[in-house]
Amino acid sequence: MIDFVLTENDQKILDSVRAEALVCRKYARYYDEHEDEFAPDELEEAKDFPPTMSLFGNRKDDDTSVAIMSMLLSAGQCWGDYTVRMRRGSGGLGNAALRAAGTPEQVEKWGDTTLAMAITEPGCGSDPSQVQTTAVLDEATDEWVINGEKIFVTTGCRCDGVVVWATLDRAAGRAGIKSFVIEKGIPGFEVTHKEKKLGIRADDTAAMVFTDCRIPRSNLLGGKEEIPKASSGGFRGVMKTFNMTRPAVAAIGLGIAEAALDFTREHLKEAGFEVEYGGSLQSQPAVVQKFHELEGLYEAAMLTVMNAAWLSGEGKPNNVEASIAKAKGGSSVRQITQGCIEILGPMAVSREHLLEKWFRDVRITDIYEGTGQVQNLIIARNILEYDRTELK
Amino acid sequence: MISFGPNEEQEIVRDAMREFAEQALRTVGRECDESASVPDDLLQQVWELGLTATQIPEEYGGGGEDRSPITNILVLEELAYGDASLAAAAVTPSLFANAVLDYGTEEQKAQYLPLFTGEKFHAASLAMVEPGALFDVLNLRTKAEPKGDGFVLSGQKSFVPLGDRAQHFLVLAHNTAQDGFEGIEAFIVPRDTKGLTISEPEKNLGLKGLPTVGLTLDRVEVAAAERLGGEAGIDARRLVAASRTAIGAVLVGMSRAVLEYAIPYAKDREAFGEAIAKKQAIAFMLSDMRIEVDSMRWLVWKAASELEHGLDATRSAHLARVYCAREGMRIADNGVQVLGGHGFIREHPVEMWYRNARTLGVLEGSVTC
Ligand SMILES: Cc1cc2nc3c(=O)[nH]c(=O)nc-3n(C[C@H](O)[C@H](O)[C@H](O)COP(=O)(O)OP(=O)(O)OC[C@H]3O[C@@H](n4cnc5c(N)ncnc54)[C@H](O)[C@@H]3O)c2cc1C
Repeated sequence: MIDFVLTENDQKILDSVRAEALVCRKYARYYDEHEDEFAPDELEEAKDFPPTMSLFGNRKDDDTSVAIMSMLLSAGQCWGDYTVRMRRGSGGLGNAALRAAGTPEQVEKWGDTTLAMAITEPGCGSDPSQVQTTAVLDEATDEWVINGEKIFVTTGCRCDGVVVWATLDRAAGRAGIKSFVIEKGIPGFEVTHKEKKLGIRADDTAAMVFTDCRIPRSNLLGGKEEIPKASSGGFRGVMKTFNMTRPAVAAIGLGIAEAALDFTREHLKEAGFEVEYGGSLQSQPAVVQKFHELEGLYEAAMLTVMNAAWLSGEGKPNNVEASIAKAKGGSSVRQITQGCIEILGPMAVSREHLLEKWFRDVRITDIYEGTGQVQNLIIARNILEYDRTELK
Repeated sequence: MISFGPNEEQEIVRDAMREFAEQALRTVGRECDESASVPDDLLQQVWELGLTATQIPEEYGGGGEDRSPITNILVLEELAYGDASLAAAAVTPSLFANAVLDYGTEEQKAQYLPLFTGEKFHAASLAMVEPGALFDVLNLRTKAEPKGDGFVLSGQKSFVPLGDRAQHFLVLAHNTAQDGFEGIEAFIVPRDTKGLTISEPEKNLGLKGLPTVGLTLDRVEVAAAERLGGEAGIDARRLVAASRTAIGAVLVGMSRAVLEYAIPYAKDREAFGEAIAKKQAIAFMLSDMRIEVDSMRWLVWKAASELEHGLDATRSAHLARVYCAREGMRIADNGVQVLGGHGFIREHPVEMWYRNARTLGVLEGSVTC
């Protein structure tokens, strides 16, 4: 059944997440300005709030699927703040890869640790098939020897380990790329640098170097050592991770963008402009028209996120829809936060308010997990039925 | 519960409409645009699909199915994918019938609904839009003044769909006793009413396959019994929201038509030694259309879902219409660009869609769901 109205149960969960988020927001400015400190694993106020997952206790059949709810929860949390959480959950992007590609033993072993994901290198970002980090098997010791450099690794400093993309054979191209779990503390693994950024400053983004770093043979994610011939099936396997993370990244950005919209609506009202929807567009003042435009972008983008999640929850392929959500989310949050500042004028760029921070924070949405252009490439190839040699 | 899955019945209806749109509407859309007319036998053919009758209760001779704005926007998207003008023409009787169904008194339902459940196409229409710049439904210039038990209507209407043949008009007017949506009333005005003048068909930029007329109401007297909903009046908020949602759905269908036309063209057409689709400047226009068709569709579905739940859909419908108008225009615009000079020539439909997009974007009251 096509339906877009949340149930009472759904709403209760989202309300509770919003209440938490408002508490987190109180700390937002502090950690923006103190980027060398980490936000606490648990806020003092956590005792007053039940853990989010406990709210999922008695779901009914007509409640919204967990796949969609997870997107709304991410958005709700980031509506408070991107980084500060009531309780910092364990798990990073690497955990999504572990769940998608790991063997049951691997999931058992690392499931409760926080794993970062290291794909990007100084010389390659959008085109991960150019990964230069190497993995060589030492048959004598049953170990992989990893050499290379990774940059822009989210939670690279705080994580317990990293899922690293490395190639077994550069000549094999994409097919030669495998992912490996490398735990912190192993000799030859060094975190070398923490980046200073435009936004999401409280998030740690690290560079790391692997020098003859030896890890057990069983740390190859998924366990398949052979290089598939000519087919890119294996690579597609690792890329599958993105089918839920891409919409999630969009949801995160949209949560922040919604905070910007709420702030703008409130201040428009203070200035005597009530946002209404009954009359024709032309009958509205220019600032309200602009606000309607931004709200439309928010709604549209959030719906594409929900659609990608819905498909995933139904067990249907959602590769294109995940890219649509990421592309639409990424471009919308930029326009929304830029537009909110345009509407409110000079007051909006004061650091007394969080709007300028939200404007900086959302900018990453259209970059990581595949840039907007990369998403468009995926969508275009799909609708044109082109492969990556025909459209690049 | 949030869900994007049409039910089985809706899928069947949607598939049937898609096929009909391709075979019966797309094929004649250009002809109707050129002649600025819609043939009676086409309207009759559409009538036999039962678009209007299906959701009328059995006691009035209808199909007795649930009144479903969601099913209706699914149908509209498909019909508009075939041709936007003809989609609008196909649902014009519903503008009148659905309003009577939703807001009419028992007597009004008994009198008018059976007209829409017969075998022959019955033309009736809604007169909402008015001439002059900056039309705003919340500031109607057509006035309804109380006189005795009834009302006197004065003013002008334009863009009244199928007004060339409509037997009844539902005329929206401002009852000066109240403002905002509460001040909007609907009156049933038969074609031959004294004081009502119907213009020659209007000459429009787009949607030319949908004949429209202007109405002049010169102190038209209507009895109390012709005030839709009687003392209670209508829920104008809902009526307007349904219209805005439906326009969104037409724009979705039209936009999908542009995308699906542009894709094979771009793969086939070569420049500088390869298909133009292999150039990102073109490929990304197409991927952008794909993204926006989805975005538009979900906004429309959301508004329709709120209508279906009986909720106030004013905000969602407004956002959907404004969004679809803007993005539908951009898609049609890029559709012409993908075809280059050929896009400017009337041999291809994209120039027609370009005109239709601009027209649909500023229209209210020409479709409903
Ligand atoms: C804060 C932050 C956190 C990050 N977290 C992680 C992480 O946890 N793990 C990780 O592995 N990486 C991470 N990244 C890296 C991120 O995924 C890359 O920056 C991103 O994929 C883009 O790669 P690039 O920076 O090398 O840009 P480039 O690939 O150099 O791209 C530059 C520009 O060219 C465009 N472009 C590239 N190829 C094409 C093409 N074929 N067609 C059209 N345009 C194209 C891009 O869209 C972009 O606009 C993070 C980055 C940041 C800033």
